[in-house]
Amino acid sequence: MSELRIQHNPLLATWRRVAAIVVKEIRQLARDRMTFGMIVMIPLVQLLLFGYAINTDVRHIPAGLVDLNQSSYSRELIAITEASQTVDFVRVYASAQEAEQAIVRGDVKAVLYLPADLGQRLAVHPAFNRDSGRSNSQTLQPVGQWLVDGGDTVIAASIRSLRQLPLDTLAGRALKDNVPTFEVVQFFNPQQRSVVNIVPGLLAIILTMTMIMFTSAAIVREREQGNMEFLIATPVKPMELMIGKIVPYVLVGLIQVGIILGIGHLLFSVPVRGGLLTLLVAALLFIFASLTLGLVISTIAKTQLQAMQMTVFILMPSILLSGFMFPYEAMPQPAQVISEALPATHFMRMVRGIVLRDALLWDLQRDALWLAAFTLGGLVFAALRFKKRLD
Amino acid sequence: MSDLAINVQKMTRCFGNNIAVDHLDLQIPRGTIYGFLGPNGCGKSTSIRMLTGLLTPTSGELEVLGQRLPEEAEALRLRIGYMTQKFSLYDNLSIRENLSFVAQIYGLNSRQSRERVNELLALYALDKRQTQLAGSLSGGQKQRLALAAATLHHPDLLFLDEPTSAVDPENRREFWERLFDLCNAGTTILVSTHYMDEAERCHALAILENGVKRADGSPAELMATMGAHVLEVEGNDLRTLKSQLVQCPQVLSAAQLGTRLRVLVRDQTEQPQQWLQAQVNGRRIEAVRPSLEDVFVACTGQHPTAPASVTSPAAEQGERHV
Repeated sequence: MSELRIQHNPLLATWRRVAAIVVKEIRQLARDRMTFGMIVMIPLVQLLLFGYAINTDVRHIPAGLVDLNQSSYSRELIAITEASQTVDFVRVYASAQEAEQAIVRGDVKAVLYLPADLGQRLAVHPAFNRDSGRSNSQTLQPVGQWLVDGGDTVIAASIRSLRQLPLDTLAGRALKDNVPTFEVVQFFNPQQRSVVNIVPGLLAIILTMTMIMFTSAAIVREREQGNMEFLIATPVKPMELMIGKIVPYVLVGLIQVGIILGIGHLLFSVPVRGGLLTLLVAALLFIFASLTLGLVISTIAKTQLQAMQMTVFILMPSILLSGFMFPYEAMPQPAQVISEALPATHFMRMVRGIVLRDALLWDLQRDALWLAAFTLGGLVFAALRFKKRLD
Repeated sequence: MSDLAINVQKMTRCFGNNIAVDHLDLQIPRGTIYGFLGPNGCGKSTSIRMLTGLLTPTSGELEVLGQRLPEEAEALRLRIGYMTQKFSLYDNLSIRENLSFVAQIYGLNSRQSRERVNELLALYALDKRQTQLAGSLSGGQKQRLALAAATLHHPDLLFLDEPTSAVDPENRREFWERLFDLCNAGTTILVSTHYMDEAERCHALAILENGVKRADGSPAELMATMGAHVLEVEGNDLRTLKSQLVQCPQVLSAAQLGTRLRVLVRDQTEQPQQWLQAQVNGRRIEAVRPSLEDVFVACTGQHPTAPASVTSPAAEQGERHV
């Protein structure tokens, strides 16, 4: 018998088997038009949807106006406020009571109330008065007042952020040497555009979704279609199968990273400040971690439907708890514990750090190590769970 | 090394309370074609899966090619080939891609792989279709591809689980020619089937029913020792005669074949032919050579493809796979 043909060098044999599985997966992927289309369409469509629709910087809120001062000061203040584009003054009311009723009725979301003594209030305001310092405006009478419908917290927050803006700008123009202090965060996102924060976050979400989805079906599909019975009767080892299954999708993941950051840059002007190499390393770590998580699911699920359900089970907390929707810092501690367990959380921190703050891998080493450890642990777990047996 | 390719004592496998294979003993000599004959659900596939190391036996001593199972299953992988009941190669890979994949999995380098795949493509008449996707092949082509894949690494022992269930008779005959070629080259083959003509081609076979071995031996031995006489009655109104005969304790089974009624009369009956002659109202009786189907019926009281104990005559006629 010609058993001589068989390669007995275990390392070479392992390399050949992994390569065989990789080539097979790529061929199958290339023939699966639906999946192939999803690789491109998921990031593209989701990015456009989220980039345009999920917009936490609210603009053009219909607002009312009560101007009891009717001076050049008040007119300039109103002009500056409107120039911020946060509000459009669509109604004018004669008194504060009338304005309140309009808010109750829902005609407007907010009303700017400028009192009759606006001139005097401005005169004593620190922005105009160099000697009184610039940070203790609370001790003084406010210049005007915003009446806000607090029901919608996003709108309320936008109006709250507006509170400082007109006065500082007014003061900055009037008194050139009194430079207003800005917070550091505004250095990275001076226009306070949330899309800058959303696009890198979307990278984590879309990769979580596609990477886990593709591999969670990988082992189950072979089992369902009957390929597994043949495959496990061959000398292939569980770890070889696991590695061969995830390698093709690493490439897929990198293509998606390119699409998301490229379009984010072109359409939404999201800057990529950090080094591309750092970004590549972070993306690879996360791609491997997500693919491994998918493989683990694949060794647990009995059908492709179950695999899909488990993917959604992971995806939902990844969207809600990873810091994509709500700041990690604001979560209660139990939610933070869950958040820490999700690969998406760690990548979310890394990618925002790299893309928005030019952070180095060294600054993000804890998250990077966590992702690497997760990948290794997941691979070992999946390979151990995968039995070359039918029982 | 022993001249038995498979040596198994009391192999048992339970699924919950259901005993799929019940204390099966098997001694299969090297270089032979051995058959598992039995209806669906009799434990053929379960036995094969245990012998390939894919299922852990509940109990029993298993030795395959000198390796103990289930402990040494991994060492056995390079030496056995397994053709599953359901087509288990990749539908969305071409014939050549499937075979190249299998070649690499078995550790062949690219040159060896190319040579071996070309050899197999020619041997199994697949070379003209090598770029066609496996999913679009006919039953016979899929089966040849599966056999090529299972034998790619020159296994010493080949397991075939109902290899010809989706194949027409001509392809089946051709397939068996290939099996005899393999056997001639020294490969031991274990094949499961519920086709009588296939079982008859085996050097030896075991008749399985409900996980129990009812009989084993070469087809000739089985026919000689089946414990019943086979007689054919020719005449009119065979339906009525049949329903009368199956009531008699002496009759093991009666099945109509066109204008004849094939009757199995138990050996214990004294002078079976005379006894039957007295029952048939002057219709003509002839003693005939027993077939494997008769053996099967005598062993199990069932027809091979009918799991229910008694089937309607129409069904018997239809399910005779010869």
